[in-house]
Amino acid sequence: MAYLLKGVSILGASPTDLYIADGVISDKPVDGAEVIDAAGLVALPGLVDVHTHLREPGREDAETVDTGSRAAALGGYTAVCAMANTSPVADTAGVVEQVWRLGREAGLVDVQPIGAVTVGLAGKQMAELGAMATSAANVRIFSDDGFCVADPKLMRRALEYVKAFDGVIAQHAEEPRLTEGAQMHEGEVSTRLGLTGWPAVAEEAIIARDVLLAEHVGSRLHVCHVSTAGSVEVLRQAKARGVRVTAEVTPHHLLLTDELAAGYDPVFKVNPPLRTRKDVEALRRALLDGVIDVVATDHAPHAVQDKECEWSYARPGMLGLETALPIVLSVFGPQWDLIADRMSIAPARIAGLDGHGGDLTKAGTPANLTLVDPSVQRVVDPAELASRSRNTPYAGMTLPGRIVATFLRGEATVLDGKAVK
Amino acid sequence: MIKHLRSAADLDADTATLILDTAAEMAALSGREVKKLPALRGRTVVNLFYEDSTRTRISFEAAAKRLSADVINFSAKGSSVSKGESLKDTALTLQAMGADAVVIRHSASGAPHRLANWVEGSVVNAGDGTHEHPTQALLDAYTMRSRLGRLDGLKVAIVGDVLHSRVARSNILLLSTLGARVTVVGPPTLIPLDLTDKAQVSYDLDAVLPDSDVVMMLRVQTERMQDSYFPSAREYSRRYGLDVPRLRKLPEHAIVMHPGPMNRGMEIAPEVADSPRSTIVEQVANGVSVRMAVLYLLLGGK
Amino acid sequence: MAQPRADAPSKIILEGSDLHRVVDRIAHQILEKTSGATGTVLLGIPTRGVPLAHRLAARIHAFEGVEVPVGSLDITLYRDDLRLKATRALGRTELPPAGIDGLRVILVDDVLFSGRSVRAALDALKDLGRPSSVQLAVLVDRGHRQLPIRADYVGKNIPTALAESVKVALTETDGADEVRLIGGLS
Repeated sequence: MAYLLKGVSILGASPTDLYIADGVISDKPVDGAEVIDAAGLVALPGLVDVHTHLREPGREDAETVDTGSRAAALGGYTAVCAMANTSPVADTAGVVEQVWRLGREAGLVDVQPIGAVTVGLAGKQMAELGAMATSAANVRIFSDDGFCVADPKLMRRALEYVKAFDGVIAQHAEEPRLTEGAQMHEGEVSTRLGLTGWPAVAEEAIIARDVLLAEHVGSRLHVCHVSTAGSVEVLRQAKARGVRVTAEVTPHHLLLTDELAAGYDPVFKVNPPLRTRKDVEALRRALLDGVIDVVATDHAPHAVQDKECEWSYARPGMLGLETALPIVLSVFGPQWDLIADRMSIAPARIAGLDGHGGDLTKAGTPANLTLVDPSVQRVVDPAELASRSRNTPYAGMTLPGRIVATFLRGEATVLDGKAVK
Repeated sequence: MIKHLRSAADLDADTATLILDTAAEMAALSGREVKKLPALRGRTVVNLFYEDSTRTRISFEAAAKRLSADVINFSAKGSSVSKGESLKDTALTLQAMGADAVVIRHSASGAPHRLANWVEGSVVNAGDGTHEHPTQALLDAYTMRSRLGRLDGLKVAIVGDVLHSRVARSNILLLSTLGARVTVVGPPTLIPLDLTDKAQVSYDLDAVLPDSDVVMMLRVQTERMQDSYFPSAREYSRRYGLDVPRLRKLPEHAIVMHPGPMNRGMEIAPEVADSPRSTIVEQVANGVSVRMAVLYLLLGGK
Repeated sequence: MAQPRADAPSKIILEGSDLHRVVDRIAHQILEKTSGATGTVLLGIPTRGVPLAHRLAARIHAFEGVEVPVGSLDITLYRDDLRLKATRALGRTELPPAGIDGLRVILVDDVLFSGRSVRAALDALKDLGRPSSVQLAVLVDRGHRQLPIRADYVGKNIPTALAESVKVALTETDGADEVRLIGGLS
């Protein structure tokens, strides 16, 4: 199928006509192209999420590769990296290949599995990282996300080991002894609510250690969901010294604060926890100035019974795929070059996903892109989400931007705001 | 009147004072031979206890029965709760049974807030995790007022494991609402880093005692030792225990309180617990009157 | 029951010395019907029954030198309309030191209307002890009884329409002595 996107604005530039044919951007008119009136729509390279929980295998009641892919496409994504904390854990070539195959079958986004760093996420023994790297899934990012690789020796070895196949360790930075029983950000609100605190220093101490380890062994490090102002400062210094570290921030950490825990509604429970206004502001500045490289959703679907309960019994995590771009738009406004870089180009580079995050003005670029109508304001209705779960913290919030269409290698996955399959 | 009592923060000064005044009338009525009052006849109060606390449950039960309410005790042991039924499903069951009020004790902070979303009746927090215990704070304030005649301007020292204490949290809120000046005292490891501005912080019990009208000793669990909050029971007791020499440092009129159950010899010496300055037994009796007042004010009207 | 609007027209029925004379007359009647008020206790029903009871006791003392014990009996918790209105604050119940057992209790209230307050007072009294007899003294009887209850001593009978209301003010509680009929008469 060929398309003509009529009057589209590429990254906010003046309207132009964009042709898609044979899976790539074409610089010539194509006969028989389906015409899409794209006046007023902005074209972005398809978004890439380096941090998604698809829950399959194991918790298909919360999300499947298929429903998660659908949510991703509707959110403007053309690729997502699926975290390893499934059941069984994605710590073998077999499991990562299964997830990769399920992604292909769903066919709505490229599902790139992330492999576990340690067997069973237990933090004791390194998983077969090489086997996962050379599997059909071609794994490049390894993470025990949900748990921190706390053992410094094991972390050092993992950082070193993946150099052989240009891998990267994505660290969930949380010193486990400092966060035993932790329920929310440690501060005035946690004291008031009587919930055990998750101190900022538990994140900052691990990031500080890991950038030093990465520097020492000359490896790449990626830091998941940076949540504190102090972490930003550690990263800023490391980058200034030339450490090969990249970092992500979630949409929720760019918008929400710990005050939201006041009603004890676990929809606001997430790990790392929502922090203070001061942290939110530091994270926004860090994303602007590049200390933080990417926005990653940490899309974490949970079944109703895991959220409709007492705060301390609830599982941490929030939906993110379908609201990420609207949140970023609401925080930063229509800074399209920034959005394209932090949500597509840089994450594609970190994940090694060639073909994503390409230049839409160049003929031959794989046609992975999404069309956004920035003029629309929408109220988030959990019932309308494509995810199998409903744990969005944004219910009832009015957010700017509507994803009108998404294309994966030239094929529409979303048209007129609806998933094609 | 408020609908729920989930936190001492639900109470403004007028409402808190109304509860204390009502409790005083209830106490007067409790002195007579016929203790039962008909005010809550036909109303159903459910005691939903996820934690063992016989004293608190009995106190609420006596309060509800004296007001002629029907009382249903629903405890975690030997019920569907222990079979893994969720709080929400239990709430819907209680709702179907027509509970007018649910008194909840739970090990999870905020459980009363959650419950209030799922039942139509009133929710009374009888202690939730390390969050709050508002009726304990009310009975403590009642005890202070009846012993010392006032709350406004009263200097109250709360001593011990403030970090994990729901009694301390509720007392800080309620006492500051009623004009008392609270100082929390304990080892720095057991005082939250970001305490509200409603209380002063001190690490030196001996310095605080001479200027206190009330000293409230909190229970300190010896398990905290294993988690490095303090080195040993002996050192804790030496630095923060209320013994006889320390009792002498208090002004003549000052009183000693403890929410119970006590660790005699740990945070409080037996001679101090049994001294005439101690209000520990009174606190228990006042608990029933205060809980009668709360139940009446929540359920008595339309 | 319908309440007259706040700005409804009103008429003063009793005030100042007229009201004092009415209280004096009740005191005299009590002395007469109780053979000098021996073995008698006055229990005022809060709010305005309480100062009325004290006034009656003071007048009885002035006339005959008899000390009649006075107490108060709060009926809030015994009302049958508790759930129809917002929660009410409690009044004070305070019995004289000698109690009420075996004595003649005279309940004192400002206005007798439906009779429901008196019913509640009788219930409350039953939980406090066993008087030898119970009588009722009211400053105003405005009629419209809903229960088989009548007063033994009435200061003034005021025929009213249901839509009207009778408002008693006393110096002790309101700063002035007057009985006012509100609404219904334009």
